Amino acid sequence: MNKNNQKITIQNLILHYSDGTESLQDISLDIPAHAITVIFGPAGGGKSSLLRVLNRLNDLVDVVKLEGEVYLDDLDVLSPKTDVIALRRRVGMVFARPVVLPMSIQENITYGLEIAGIKDDQRLEDSLEKAALWEEVKDRLDDPAVTLSGGQQQRLCLARVLALEPEVILLDEPTSGLDPISTGKVEESLQALKEDYTIVLVPHSVQQAARTADYAAFFLQGKLIEYAPGNLLFTNPQDQRTQDYVEGRFG
Amino acid sequence: MTDQKGTRVRYLKQRLGFRLLSSMAILTILPIIAVVIYIVIQGAPAISREFITGFPEDGMRAGGIWPAIVGTFYLTLGTAIFSVPLGIGAAIYLSEYAPQNRFTQMIRISIINLAGIPSVVYGLFGLGLFVLFLNFGTSILAGSLTLAIMTLPVIISTAEEALRAVPQAFRTVSISVGATKWQTIRRIVLPEALPGILTGVILGLERAAGETAPILFTVAAFFLPRLPNSPLDATMALPYHLFVISTQVPGMPIKIQYGTALVLLTFVLSMNIIATVIRSRARASRQW
Amino acid sequence: MDRDLNLGEMIITRLINIAGYSAIIFVGMIFYFLLREGLPTLNEVNFGNLVSNRWYPIEAYFGILPLLGGSLVITIGATLIAVPFGIGTAVYLAEIAPRWVREILKPLVEVLAGLPSVVLGFLGMLVLAPFLRKYLQLPTGLTAFTGSLLLGGMAIPTVVSVAEDAIDAVPKSYRDASLAIGATKWQTIWRVTLPAAKSGVTTAIMLGVGRAIGETMTVMMVSGNAPVLPGGIRALFKPARTMTATIAAEMGEVATGSVHYHVLFFIGMVLFLISLLINITASFVVFRQRQRQERILS
Repeated sequence: MNKNNQKITIQNLILHYSDGTESLQDISLDIPAHAITVIFGPAGGGKSSLLRVLNRLNDLVDVVKLEGEVYLDDLDVLSPKTDVIALRRRVGMVFARPVVLPMSIQENITYGLEIAGIKDDQRLEDSLEKAALWEEVKDRLDDPAVTLSGGQQQRLCLARVLALEPEVILLDEPTSGLDPISTGKVEESLQALKEDYTIVLVPHSVQQAARTADYAAFFLQGKLIEYAPGNLLFTNPQDQRTQDYVEGRFG
Repeated sequence: MTDQKGTRVRYLKQRLGFRLLSSMAILTILPIIAVVIYIVIQGAPAISREFITGFPEDGMRAGGIWPAIVGTFYLTLGTAIFSVPLGIGAAIYLSEYAPQNRFTQMIRISIINLAGIPSVVYGLFGLGLFVLFLNFGTSILAGSLTLAIMTLPVIISTAEEALRAVPQAFRTVSISVGATKWQTIRRIVLPEALPGILTGVILGLERAAGETAPILFTVAAFFLPRLPNSPLDATMALPYHLFVISTQVPGMPIKIQYGTALVLLTFVLSMNIIATVIRSRARASRQW
Repeated sequence: MDRDLNLGEMIITRLINIAGYSAIIFVGMIFYFLLREGLPTLNEVNFGNLVSNRWYPIEAYFGILPLLGGSLVITIGATLIAVPFGIGTAVYLAEIAPRWVREILKPLVEVLAGLPSVVLGFLGMLVLAPFLRKYLQLPTGLTAFTGSLLLGGMAIPTVVSVAEDAIDAVPKSYRDASLAIGATKWQTIWRVTLPAAKSGVTTAIMLGVGRAIGETMTVMMVSGNAPVLPGGIRALFKPARTMTATIAAEMGEVATGSVHYHVLFFIGMVLFLISLLINITASFVVFRQRQRQERILS
């Protein structure tokens, strides 16, 4: 891996929740820019937790223990002095269920911009364009966002993130509720987006992981088992557990 | 055979039981309707322009009740000024900020207690603190503050329920696009919870508008045939006026008493109806 | 992030915190002022006088037993009415009534909660009392019983709404399990649903009782205002006088700082403590139940 090309550096990250559910145990991982890095593994392995640490959404829940270091370029992500608001604008997130805010399609996009104090009308169209939604909604921007179909809603969520022109996009099983056609559209968008962004994806299946991964990290019970370029990891896994999981023997 | 018979008996029992419970519900509801209808019928003949907008004359035995209407309006408004921001603030605290610990549990117990304190004890408290200690005198200010504290628990608990009903995912999304906690509350959570909060506010104020005991020693003027000029003035108020003319004034025409009751009831019930309409509209149009 | 935003967020968070704590502060302040004005009683009136059965302030007889007794009799009467009707209505609304009936009845129960007590007292005086006098052949219709009837009605909405919530909260699977083994709906209500909602229903009853003890205007207008220590069941059909009514009726006439004034605050203190006791017990029942539910669910 090209060391100069790293976007996110994670070193010895340890995380425990107060209710003892998921945890992360001593994770070290470098995530490269301009590529899709896939974090996959069985449920409860700590994938979502890792994602939420990267833009400090874990602040919203009770974490009893958080150690180690996470850097976004030179920014110390976990430092209490870090401006989390600015961080979250640089690191956008798309969630498993499409959550559109209870407002119009346009307002869903401009909400984050307004809060950031950005007035830039072009971004509305650009972001919807990049999320492959513009053609479908350009004539009905003032409709409530809930009137969109599930697939459209998820692309709207992606556009909402893109409008803030982040550097990193985190996606937590973004297609889990979608039909195959919508899923295809989202995956296509991601392939196009990786030119400009660093993408970290928790896929909803091994197949999706294999389809999309430039790099893939296999997580099991809070541990990073194996991390390699996608074409290597899925064709020639080094660890027995990775092989078992990829071949569908558990999970 | 016996089994069948047993079954039949059991279902007979059930039918009788249901019949009993529904008649109890009817017995609970009917008097309410009867009270409202009876007051409307008895009070309607008294209602005239002069009765509503006139001042009391002849020791309140004639003329109108305008000062009492205005007084109740001011008191309700004053109550709202103090209790609405405080109540909504407390609800936001409980729903959005409060950690799950003993202290928060103490706050909740306090709210339950505030709801249970007898209204006349609020009157004593208002007398002790606002009228005497803070020297507001018997005034709209003292009465509004007293009623505001009494109204708080209703507003807090309904508003908190409304806030909690807003899906958690909205908050997470808003935070994830760089909003602060307060921006999230103000721009997403509060607007969504607004109908529920409004319902609670109106139901709380309805209670305040109809109360007599808390204003007995804090606001109420037995007879004051002029309108109040400042928040530090005493005033007449509809519930207290009804109490006075029905118990303290000999030779009071019955028509005026029923008329006053009808005006008070209309004031209070229209708030109730507005609250009910807001709530059912909001339920119908909710998108989540 | 810009400074202003940070500062604004900090200020608003502070304000919200203060609002959150306000309930505790108010309960504390109410108790403090009742103590401040009520406790001097213990210096000014000797204890024997205070617990005697004669309330006649003009001659400095401050026995509060008749008032406690009046409150007790009227509250017991009101509870006997509010509990069966309140819980019956709650069960009907939660388990039996079709949806449309429910949609109509629930707002009506809320109307009852909002009816000003002075209006009910007024009607009680003019309509109910003469009616009872005539049909029960009493010397006067303004009796403890009249007060109980009206107070019972006024406590019903409290009982209904809390009990209905509790019944509603019983998981559907409980009922399904009972119906699946062949119980009728009626048996399910009594053997499964109500027992499962027991603590909520208990809370409902307690809060209803609290509402009845604290009611002032109605009871003052219809109960006849005779501070006589009730003896036996027949007291129900005689005039009585509650603690609340005594405060309401006499506070307007007394001189600030007089003995009588302090005694009235003392009675307020007693009322406050009674309601505190009822409500704290009720809320612990609720909290315990919630914890238990959480344990079962997690």
